[in-house]
Amino acid sequence: MSPSPAISARGLCVVRGGRAVLGEVSFDVAPGRVAGLLGPSGGGKTTLMRAIVGVQVVAGGDVRVLGEPAGAPSLRARLGYVTQAPSVYLDLSVRENLRYFARIVGAPTGQIEQVIATVGLERHADSVVSRLSGGEQARASLATALLGAPEVLVLDEPTVGLDPVLRRDLWTTFHELAATGVTLLVSSHVMDEADRCDALLLLRAGELIADEAPAALRRRTGAASLDEAFLRLVEEPEP
Amino acid sequence: MSPRIAAATAARVLTQLRRDRRTVAYLLVVPCVLIALLKYVFSGRPGTFDHVGGPSLGLWSFIGMFLVTSVTMLRERTTGTLERLMTLPLAKLDLLLGYGAAFALVATVQAGLVSAVAFALLGLNVVGSPWALVAIAVGNAVLGMALGLFVSAFARTEFQTMQFMPAFVFPQLLLCGLFVPRADMAPALEAASRVLPLTYAYDALDRVARGQAGGRLAVDVAVIAGATVLALVLGATTLRRRTP
Repeated sequence: MSPSPAISARGLCVVRGGRAVLGEVSFDVAPGRVAGLLGPSGGGKTTLMRAIVGVQVVAGGDVRVLGEPAGAPSLRARLGYVTQAPSVYLDLSVRENLRYFARIVGAPTGQIEQVIATVGLERHADSVVSRLSGGEQARASLATALLGAPEVLVLDEPTVGLDPVLRRDLWTTFHELAATGVTLLVSSHVMDEADRCDALLLLRAGELIADEAPAALRRRTGAASLDEAFLRLVEEPEP
Repeated sequence: MSPRIAAATAARVLTQLRRDRRTVAYLLVVPCVLIALLKYVFSGRPGTFDHVGGPSLGLWSFIGMFLVTSVTMLRERTTGTLERLMTLPLAKLDLLLGYGAAFALVATVQAGLVSAVAFALLGLNVVGSPWALVAIAVGNAVLGMALGLFVSAFARTEFQTMQFMPAFVFPQLLLCGLFVPRADMAPALEAASRVLPLTYAYDALDRVARGQAGGRLAVDVAVIAGATVLALVLGATTLRRRTP
């Protein structure tokens, strides 16, 4: 028997402005996995992530994280969330931001230097965030989510605007975290990142059109690359 | 709720404020310049400065904190930091108390500084105790902060928060009794002034400046405290964990 999923959704529906943004989405993410959430923009990736972290008003269905209903107060210390736009205080330095968020989640002060190193911001630790580049701001935002000991990390496009070396390093970090039992759900636009995931969720127009491992997806579509596999699935006519 | 998180929030808000030199100048220097202007525009009318100068100490605090808090809180809402905070183990009250403590501290410094300038340099003369006047000014600042937090929920941009000054604050200033005694107003306006919090804030300042302690002052202070708590509670309901 497989262990109970870290994230599970059953018939999740989200309606915004009278339009179904997510329609009856169901899937499981096993603990200790890196799951990739992919799909064309506007397909509902961010909405799905918001529903999982419990900040999205949902119209129906059930979302559970670590066995608890999404948004339960007991989950707040166990889940880390990084929004697509960097959500850190632009007028504070990287270290000041981390100090504040560390106190909220009750992380030890020593962890601040550790997460700064993880995201490679050592040289900018005392720079005010508004003076940093977009990629550096995104990394500062990611660093705050690593504080404490989150068991589930929900990362919305964490590698946008990063150079290839840093992207590779971050993916290594994601797998190191997963090896310690952390479950990660990572959305991305970049197909070569999909190959680094243990499981893939492909969302198109609010519908889940794939939920399998990268190798299985290539086999099923008969495509040589994931890039091609996605294009075939995405461009299939909607049922 | 957690005093540790509220204190961390207060420290964070103060650090943000310290970074913004212009806003520090706005909060500390501008009121001093304005009270000096007030003295010199009335230099031809002896006694007027003593009459309006005392109460005005608390009005700067109210306006200053209202403006700064509404914009700061709007930024928190629009830059995604509020959404992040709402996913973390932070009680809404921790956030509100953190803001409250930080701005009350700033208000104390501000009221102390403006009062020092008014009394020591500009020769302001009030019958009542200057200390009591500073205390009421700090209370007004906290009221302004609480209202600023609340109205920030109704603005989408910083430009829209600016619009609350003429739309929400100026009518209260006109009706509070500073320009015309409320007893001389048309009955409808006088009735309207009774439901506006700034009326009680001004009345408290005016009574303290005149050295009139007593029952009415206690009522004023109770209304200021009650309006502050009400605005904070209403403000807390606008901090939503879940949004559409």
